Amino acid sequence: MSIIVKKVCQLISGIIFLYGIYIILHGHLTPGGGFAGGIFLSGAFILLVLANGSHVMNLRHEEEKASVIEGLAILIFVLLTAAGFFIGARVFFGNFLPKGHLGELISAGVIPLYNIMVGIEVGASLLTIFLALVIYKEEISP
Amino acid sequence: MENIVPLFVIVPLTAVFLMLIIGRFVRGFSKVLSVFLFAFLVALSLFYIFRGDHISQVYQVGGWKDSGNIPIAIYLLLDPLNVFVLFIINLMALFSTIYSVNYITRYTGENYYYTLFGIMIAGLNGVVIAGDLFNLYVFLEITVIASYALVAFGTAREELEASFKYQVLGGIATTLILFSIGMIYWYTKTLNMPDISRILETSEDLKLVQFCQLMLIAGFGLKAAIMPFHGWLPDAHSSAPAPVSAMLSGVVIKAAGLYVIFRLFFNMFQLTYEISVLITAIGTLSMVVGVFLAIGQWDLKRLLAYHSISQMGYVIIGAGMGMMILSVNGNKLIASLAITGGLFHMVNHAVFKGLLFLNAGAVEYRLGTRDLNKMGGLYEKMPFTSSSSLSASLAISGIPPFNGFFSKLLIIIAAVQAKYYVLATLAVIVSIITLASFMKFQRYAFYNHKSHHGNIKEVPFLMVFSMVSMAVLCLALSLLLIPEIRNFILQPAVDILMGRNEYLINLLNQ
Amino acid sequence: MIVFILCFILFLVGLFGVLTSRNIIKIVIGLSFMEFSVFLFLALIGYVDNGQIPIVSGEATSRVYVDPLPQAMVLTAIVIGLATNAMLLAVAIRIYKKFRTFDIRKITSLKG
Repeated sequence: MSIIVKKVCQLISGIIFLYGIYIILHGHLTPGGGFAGGIFLSGAFILLVLANGSHVMNLRHEEEKASVIEGLAILIFVLLTAAGFFIGARVFFGNFLPKGHLGELISAGVIPLYNIMVGIEVGASLLTIFLALVIYKEEISP
Repeated sequence: MENIVPLFVIVPLTAVFLMLIIGRFVRGFSKVLSVFLFAFLVALSLFYIFRGDHISQVYQVGGWKDSGNIPIAIYLLLDPLNVFVLFIINLMALFSTIYSVNYITRYTGENYYYTLFGIMIAGLNGVVIAGDLFNLYVFLEITVIASYALVAFGTAREELEASFKYQVLGGIATTLILFSIGMIYWYTKTLNMPDISRILETSEDLKLVQFCQLMLIAGFGLKAAIMPFHGWLPDAHSSAPAPVSAMLSGVVIKAAGLYVIFRLFFNMFQLTYEISVLITAIGTLSMVVGVFLAIGQWDLKRLLAYHSISQMGYVIIGAGMGMMILSVNGNKLIASLAITGGLFHMVNHAVFKGLLFLNAGAVEYRLGTRDLNKMGGLYEKMPFTSSSSLSASLAISGIPPFNGFFSKLLIIIAAVQAKYYVLATLAVIVSIITLASFMKFQRYAFYNHKSHHGNIKEVPFLMVFSMVSMAVLCLALSLLLIPEIRNFILQPAVDILMGRNEYLINLLNQ
Repeated sequence: MIVFILCFILFLVGLFGVLTSRNIIKIVIGLSFMEFSVFLFLALIGYVDNGQIPIVSGEATSRVYVDPLPQAMVLTAIVIGLATNAMLLAVAIRIYKKFRTFDIRKITSLKG
């Protein structure tokens, strides 16, 4: 890809990442939430790989890092679920943090934490899938 | 007591994600954790069987109580029918994992195998305990996607092609199931299974509900591999690694296919005569055509896979006869006998078909081939494999005192008493042809004196342990027909399927 | 009424792609079309006449809201469709590595 495409993608991908964080954090106030925000997060990284070519980075190393982040995020999600079992209302998925006022950013108990964990997990897993497919392509036709 | 219900899903998921992170750095962590995980789940289901007092437990996720009379939470149910199927799922998973500690060492990526296996079992447990339609769909998808990856695990040519065929057909079935769930939601405005049952009981008879029933039979029938939808089964079950084949053919096509059909058609929809006749006709077709396609096979695992289709036909005939009798308000005792035969045969088939696939895997582990023409005379060299294979073959053909005899006998007696003489005759003929086919299998694989294989020893100890335990279980399961044990385990399960009012009263007044 | 007929036409287009394509990737795209038509159908059944977006804001008066449950179902089903597609494409690219072709008429090593 030419130098114009590479520079524009480097500038834009930071804005896309920031927009993804905005959608994840406001998941309990506006439409969006964990899944949609996570796809934006991974889109920022995938745009950089597409623009700069796949020979620039050490792809197996990046894929292993993304896979470990995905596993950690979902493990923290399940531990939060189980923490609802021991604190508060003694049910799984229980809402045990204070709930606050309607319409503010820090409110609705434990739901923003769930959104953040799901967002990190979806972003990391899409990045892992994309990097795995690029590694397969390199094995077939270098 | 009702807090143990979500543990069936949350404990496997936690263990799987621990395996994914820690198993990368510590070798052998996944194997030990898997064995302990399935032993814990078996103990949990036995705890409910013996201490649960046969009351259906309901767990509302998140603690959302009913508002007015409308259930708004996600329900997870545990009643005597569920726990019976859960016990068999987790027991077969335990034996398959013990077997695969030695078998999987010849593939790379062992850590991923145990992870995918754990995800499949977590999804199967979720399908069985789900109390509303959409969670059933989500857990079904988790199970099926993990099984696509497990079928393609060795990445040889045949395995990839079989997995691709399985995936495309499974994807179409998933689309049909989701469309049908959408239609039911549009008509009844709720997704909760007891609530839909209550609404459909008091509404008029509409062609829309019949359309949804037909599409659900098509979608779940493809997951259960009954006759017009069986095209993926011989390829997928014969190309997968042996413990995965045992799990797929022994447990997945029952828990994710037949169990859901029984739960939906007995407990959620109203029973009509036309749908019952359709289900029985499909069962008869699978039973007869499956065994005729199986006789001419020379590949060992394809033979076993075609026999799976035929035995699934037996289970569907048992339940279909019960449905036909109940829909015209006939004799309830004969219906109860037929449904007992069907459920008992479902459990028996899980054990002996799993054992047969593990034996085929053991033979392939030592000889490297699956062609029946190239084997022979393994009786002296592999005594444990051949004797457990002999007991499984006798069980599937229906020879007393193994468990297959009793379950087929119940189905045939129920067919004769309800005056369906054609079904009884076909069942007996298919059983005789099954016996002939398995005698051919035993003779060519083990008792033919053509031993020119060099020095072959018996398979390692852990594989022998799981095969011999399952052979003992084949004999022990026929004890389920003694009246005291039957009233404790089998009869409450059949009562849940037959009695709709107890199901509703127990669950909606929590 | 016309929107449901268009949904069904989209389903038929996907089915035609799965049945008559020779390229593996086109079969995958056809299966995607079938799934998307069902998502469209699910999102359309929740419509209530003169309904608002189902988000409760500060001044909560009693308005008529569109049904939010099918929208939640469609979100979950989209993620499941993503996982199915990723699995299909991974197997398809491995098939290309072993068989050296994407033509479905040449991938016939399993018979009987």
